[in-house]
Amino acid sequence: MTDKDRQELLKQILKKQETEKLKPTERYEIPSQDMPEQDPVKRRDNVNEVAVGYTETHARLEAMRCLQCKKAPCIKGCPVKIRIGDFVSAISDGDFKKALAVIKENSLLPAVCGRICPQEVQCQQTCTVGLKFKDPTKAVSIGRLERFVADLDKNNESVPAVAVETGMKVAVIGSGPGGIVAAADTRRAGHDVTIYEAFHKTGGVLVYGIPEFRLPKAIVQEEVDTLTKMGVKIVCNFVVGRTRTIEQLMKEDGFDAVYIGVGAGLPRFMGIEGESLVGVYSANEYLTRANLMRAYDFGSGADTPIARSKKVAVIGGGNVAMDSARTAVRLGAEKVYLVYRRTEKEMPARIEEVHHAKQEGIEFHILQSPKRIICDENSYVTAIECLKYRLGEPDESGRRRPIPIEGSEFQIEVDTVIIAIGNTANPLIRQTTPGLEFNKWGNIVVDENCKTSLEGVYAGGDIVSGAATVILAMGQGRIAAAAINDYLAKKKMS
Amino acid sequence: MPHKIVSKRQLSEDVFTAEIEAPLVAQARKPGQFVIISINNEYSERIPLTIANADPKRGTICLIWQRAGKTTTELADMQQGDEIANVTGPLGMPTHIDNFGTVVCVGGGIGNAPLLPIAKALKKAGNKIISILGAKSKELLILEDDFSQISDELIITTDDGSYGRKALVTEPLKEVCLRSEKPDQIFVIGPAIMMKFCCEVTKQFSIPTQVSLNTIMVDGTGMCGGCRVEFDGRAKFVCVDGPEFDGHKVDFDLMMKRLNAYKEQEQQAREQYKKHRCKIGRDK
Ligand SMILES: Cc1cc2nc3c(=O)[nH]c(=O)nc-3n(C[C@H](O)[C@H](O)[C@H](O)COP(=O)(O)OP(=O)(O)OC[C@H]3O[C@@H](n4cnc5c(N)ncnc54)[C@H](O)[C@@H]3O)c2cc1C
Ligand code: SF4
Ligand code: FES
Repeated sequence: MTDKDRQELLKQILKKQETEKLKPTERYEIPSQDMPEQDPVKRRDNVNEVAVGYTETHARLEAMRCLQCKKAPCIKGCPVKIRIGDFVSAISDGDFKKALAVIKENSLLPAVCGRICPQEVQCQQTCTVGLKFKDPTKAVSIGRLERFVADLDKNNESVPAVAVETGMKVAVIGSGPGGIVAAADTRRAGHDVTIYEAFHKTGGVLVYGIPEFRLPKAIVQEEVDTLTKMGVKIVCNFVVGRTRTIEQLMKEDGFDAVYIGVGAGLPRFMGIEGESLVGVYSANEYLTRANLMRAYDFGSGADTPIARSKKVAVIGGGNVAMDSARTAVRLGAEKVYLVYRRTEKEMPARIEEVHHAKQEGIEFHILQSPKRIICDENSYVTAIECLKYRLGEPDESGRRRPIPIEGSEFQIEVDTVIIAIGNTANPLIRQTTPGLEFNKWGNIVVDENCKTSLEGVYAGGDIVSGAATVILAMGQGRIAAAAINDYLAKKKMS
Repeated sequence: MPHKIVSKRQLSEDVFTAEIEAPLVAQARKPGQFVIISINNEYSERIPLTIANADPKRGTICLIWQRAGKTTTELADMQQGDEIANVTGPLGMPTHIDNFGTVVCVGGGIGNAPLLPIAKALKKAGNKIISILGAKSKELLILEDDFSQISDELIITTDDGSYGRKALVTEPLKEVCLRSEKPDQIFVIGPAIMMKFCCEVTKQFSIPTQVSLNTIMVDGTGMCGGCRVEFDGRAKFVCVDGPEFDGHKVDFDLMMKRLNAYKEQEQQAREQYKKHRCKIGRDK
């Protein structure tokens, strides 16, 4: 569809709507609006955002595809229960301000979530329109619409109102999405809030993990700037457990409540031969060097190096693996292989990411997994030896278990290996916070209000749920903040 | 919050020391721990440096570094009153200090700096301290006076014989191990190759030997795994499991290879920086 056709269609529909409402069949006929994207060949050489966003015409047409179902199955699929039908209908009416206001009732970071929420397994999975076409990619593009209205608001200087100062102090540990929301919500209630972040920069995985081409860092920075304008104090280079412990913060520094949002952050390795050779990275290290430290600008403003790879194997099938592979492409690798034990169907990565990765020339090696990593006499990686796999019966996760095929060894020539098979909980808080309860995986145990076993201490995000999603972390940040606000109100009265 | 350089001194041709404002780190730090610093902006390289000393009252820490890569060269060019953008810490596990009996502290080159606070703490805990300090030449030997104050015996070696004994530190180390009063514990900090050979010596005598490793790091909190070494056949993260390890179980050969992973880029960065420095007239 050309831009002109699109505008013409919108005009026709608007004209029609003056006299009568669109019938469902007419809505089904509106073509689903793809998001304009950077050319796959060109984008291999830059780190700019791949999906460039809807125009007003795209957005209104897409919004008109929504049937306004009474039962709103989409809302059931949304972890923070955004009133989806209402914001989508506001967009079709051209009332973008109202649409944003509706979203913001439940989600503080729509520009982030609109981009990186896995909508295809959340709100869009249950959408009636998608079910009708038996294709989740034909559902109403709720995420793209969310991003569209959030982006319109980009240069908005308005700052959320803050209640009268209560004199109570809240410490937020970690500045990931959960921490950002917890800080905003407790500050709004008038508490004196300080965020402590181990890195020199705020944003958590949003800045060190997720690449610029999927989530521009400027968007995250704007959210953090808003916090500062609200009066939230931000202290970077502060490792809780090392610089000060939680106990010191509460007993000596006068904090009345604490939110722990330190993320998952301990990379898992496979335990195979050769994993510490030169040229083997965890995805966390590779992405941190590339994103947070901007290794792609090495020699022109940034001075953190990264391997100058020609052939790269990325091990894993999640978002982190896709992000690593696509980053390697942008850093100049000629061949990038994605090696995964199961099939594409079982890949936990977002469909959109898999699609983009393929477009960018990444070669998928499915039903394969490395057995050992091979090097030259200088310990530089030269190849991986893989085994082939087949799928057996479903395991506890419901996915079919991969079974190695004996004697199927073969080699892939590579100079770099990136291991992206997940994270476990960082033990630092556990080691330094007596009395705080953890489960056997090292995650913090909380109740339905995100309260931990210690009075005044709350937690949320990946340190509670294991590696999960941005929206879940935000949702828990919000629940925890509400509980903290309650707790502090009571504490003040007594 | 930027960190002001309160004072700075040159210790030898390529080795410098500075006292830096970092009140929280000064309060919390224990011997054996380190900080990660980056000099300018959010994209300048993060490097680990051991905390050589701290003054909690003044709120300062003392760092000692050798001019080698871009960041350490730039740091060496900074002056009293200049500011370092980021200082994070204290990181790593503190040294396990105990009354072992007789302890040999072996320092090589710049390694004397991180060794000093450990030796001091060991002395305070009641140990008999034999220090063996090695350097390429007399000019490159640092902290001799500090060590002589706390050592019951001090042995100096230089590669070229310009001072002390003309030998590598492994020679006197072996002799000390052979004494009738066998040492109970050894600490070795220095270049990887030196730690490797010292461990080979002490292993023959089955004397427990702690080494302090200085691998390439990014975050310093256990998040990236870039700092890992092979220890007893398994990966260990130097920034959280270390920096000190039982030297008899460390794969030094692989560690040395990993330390050289970015040689080419480091050279490029250093040359670029030097050119830039000439342009702005900082080079004297
Ligand atoms: C590469 C990658 C891609 C992803 N893609 C997606 C996606 O497309 N969609 C999606 O929904 N989710 C995605 N995720 C998952 C998502 O990013 C996380 O679930 C989410 O960020 C978790 O948020 P959090 O609030 O728990 O904190 P995090 O974002 O994990 O941040 C924790 C922060 O705490 C800091 N910290 C840690 N320890 C300490 C300490 N002791 N003291 C002070 N500060 C500390 C850390 O430095 C960090 O900044 C992805 C993750 C990765 C790694
Ligand atoms: S289920 Fe789909 S069609 Fe129905 S309200 Fe939600 S987005 Fe609209
Ligand atoms: S420096 Fe990243 S885990 Fe040690």
